[in-house]
Amino acid sequence: MIVNPELVGRVFVPTEPYLVGREKIREFASAVFATSPICFDVAAAQAAGHRDIVAPPTFPVVIQELTLRQLLSEPDAGIDFSRVVHGDQRFSFTRPIVAGDELTATLTVASIKSLGGHSMVTAQSSIVGADGGHVVTATSTLVVRGDE
Amino acid sequence: MTGITAASLELGQIVAEAEFALSRDSLVRYAGASGDFNAIHYRHDVARSVGLPGVLAHGMLTMGLAVQPVIDWIGDPGRVLDYQVRFTRPVPVDAADGALVTVIAKVGTLDGDVARIDLTVTFDGSTVLGKAQLRVSVA
Repeated sequence: MIVNPELVGRVFVPTEPYLVGREKIREFASAVFATSPICFDVAAAQAAGHRDIVAPPTFPVVIQELTLRQLLSEPDAGIDFSRVVHGDQRFSFTRPIVAGDELTATLTVASIKSLGGHSMVTAQSSIVGADGGHVVTATSTLVVRGDE
Repeated sequence: MTGITAASLELGQIVAEAEFALSRDSLVRYAGASGDFNAIHYRHDVARSVGLPGVLAHGMLTMGLAVQPVIDWIGDPGRVLDYQVRFTRPVPVDAADGALVTVIAKVGTLDGDVARIDLTVTFDGSTVLGKAQLRVSVA
């Protein structure tokens, strides 16, 4: 099974709004060994000029994941999840995510390349706030292993 | 912010170093927090059945923790403008002994008020992330 080359350029429907909770940020921050008070303590975050506590830089993966599920379950994609390996990851911020944000993500398939029998699918998820303003773009390259 | 400015930095300067002792508990905690419940991160039998040496840390956990020493140095997670890594080698986490991951962060480039910080992330003497870089505001 090969990845459908016609996926390139496809834009998926925006995900349902994701409300970023304080306790979710704290839970995620603890799980990635964060110690910055700005991730845990509202007063510390506000003293640094933020509206509320700030999510760690890799937190957008939680929202991006919703879009990757759309991609993997696309009927004509030809992506077998059991053969997918995470190749690389990038987060490009316009502003940090803070508690209370309501975020929506839209995935675009940026490119598909073949390399030694494998397919490299680059998926770009643009995450915006309730006002439509850009917050962060999460980009993943998924390596889909070919038949051995 | 802790008084760091672009002028106070030099290329190649080590700005942060840290060690992280991962255990199976760390992986379960990350699975719950992130929603990534792929069983290769907590079940030895499933990991073996797909040809892996054993339970592996989530790549996104390694990416997530590797940036923390830099955040402690710059003082604010909101100063991270961009962060990227390539997953080059897995981190097996032994049930009894866990895994020790080491992070060294150096100044890669300086461009106005933005510093590129390059991370060297190693487990068992080998780097596990490639091109691990972040751009941070040092204004």
